[in-house]
Amino acid sequence: MSYVSGLRCLECSRPYPAEALQVCDYCFGPLEVVYDTERLSASVSRASIAAGPPSIWRYADLLPAAPPGNVDLGAGWTPLVRADRLAAELGLGELWLKNDTVNPTGSFKDRVVSVALTKARELGFKVAACPSTGNLANSVAAHAARAGMRAVIFIPHDLEQAKVAMTAVYGGALIAVEGNYDDVNRLCSELADQYPTWAFVNINLRVYYSEGSKTLAFETAEQLGWQAPDHVVVPVASGSQLTKIAAGFQQLAAVGLIDEHPVRVSGAQALGCSPVATAFAEGWDVVKPVKPDTIAKSLAIGNPADGIYALDTVRSSGGAMAAVTDDEVIDAIRLLARTEGIFAETAGGVTIATLAKLAGQGIVRADERVVAYVSGNGLKTIEAISSVVGPTATIKPTLEAFAAGVTIEE
Amino acid sequence: MATTVRIPTQLRQLTTGAAAVQVEGSTVGDVLKALDAAHAGFADRLFDDAGNLRRFVNVFLDDEDVRFLDNLETPVADRQVISIVPAVAGG
Repeated sequence: MSYVSGLRCLECSRPYPAEALQVCDYCFGPLEVVYDTERLSASVSRASIAAGPPSIWRYADLLPAAPPGNVDLGAGWTPLVRADRLAAELGLGELWLKNDTVNPTGSFKDRVVSVALTKARELGFKVAACPSTGNLANSVAAHAARAGMRAVIFIPHDLEQAKVAMTAVYGGALIAVEGNYDDVNRLCSELADQYPTWAFVNINLRVYYSEGSKTLAFETAEQLGWQAPDHVVVPVASGSQLTKIAAGFQQLAAVGLIDEHPVRVSGAQALGCSPVATAFAEGWDVVKPVKPDTIAKSLAIGNPADGIYALDTVRSSGGAMAAVTDDEVIDAIRLLARTEGIFAETAGGVTIATLAKLAGQGIVRADERVVAYVSGNGLKTIEAISSVVGPTATIKPTLEAFAAGVTIEE
Repeated sequence: MATTVRIPTQLRQLTTGAAAVQVEGSTVGDVLKALDAAHAGFADRLFDDAGNLRRFVNVFLDDEDVRFLDNLETPVADRQVISIVPAVAGG
């Protein structure tokens, strides 16, 4: 049962039918899905959700695509873990981590891709495509294989080895483009024009795709006993994940699943690609594009499509944006692993380093219930830490060598 | 000197379906004004009330976003191509 009543331009409010559309035909503004909130409120309950599967599809009524026929590898319903040791290190109180490293292809992208390709199949598409910084490539390749769709995936030529292999193994076409992500994105925007029968999940299906990130808020609230947290910290690449987490909490309140509760939303960027954090710091109303230079390649979008909306969301919620250096990212990956047993990719390092910075500045506070979103698995970006971690000692297989070469504090 | 301007689907009803058109101008802004003169309606779609490019319109001169150049003041040389590309994609 669908509760979608149509699409609408976020900029000029022109209405559109729920089809595959890239942008508002008039002003090029982004589109959003409009739901029949009244009908949703009347039929969706905590019990109906709890009776659903342990995946994003328990929230199907709040999404723009639904079973049967959903393209599903089991995305979502990831652990929300209390992080007391990390909180103690950072001087925080109640800190939770949403561990999206354990999704089927190791990142939160499985949420958005599962929704986008479900909608794509419903609309009759047979080819799944995307420009990607890597995580999306992994996810589209896997979900397309699952759905029996052909995949055509475009990546910057200099991606991490694991992200290339984790895409290519699924057998679709993988095109390495000599340029950065913004170059790949532009190429695909033009290709989407030429190949309207291809479902580019983050271009002509983007309005549906981005809705998948709302499930990060839905799960967080349900896992906290149907309550919104006080403050969330979210990585920012295009800005879509951050804006949709905020939208997810708002939608839950609008349909009566949680009480109204203000959620401060803060965003994390790498200093080498921080157009939104810069706009926040400078007080600008526009996001000026930049040329990315950071190890956090999954966040290296210099011209973020939802940057302006992420900025609005952060400002209006009383949150903040911060940017962290590559060294801080590596330290934060190790801190998270050491204190909580979660190995995150560089984007997770950006988030935890930003959390630490905002905690140090008193912006994220010890009296708040805080949730940080750890969006991807560290196995994808081994290069980032392989030069700074390794064996404690290398010894001969003898007791003498161990005694001579190793000291372990108990 | 004619400059080729590549037109995205959303704007092709203004060019009776043409994916590229030729107009003249010495800067990006001049070319886009000439485009509006030749195919009425472009200015309304590309520019906001203050005459700046709408925030979700990307304009490229060859491979470079004009915001990394001199925006609408960027000079256009012979044989360069201007592309109008919707900005809301990716991520």
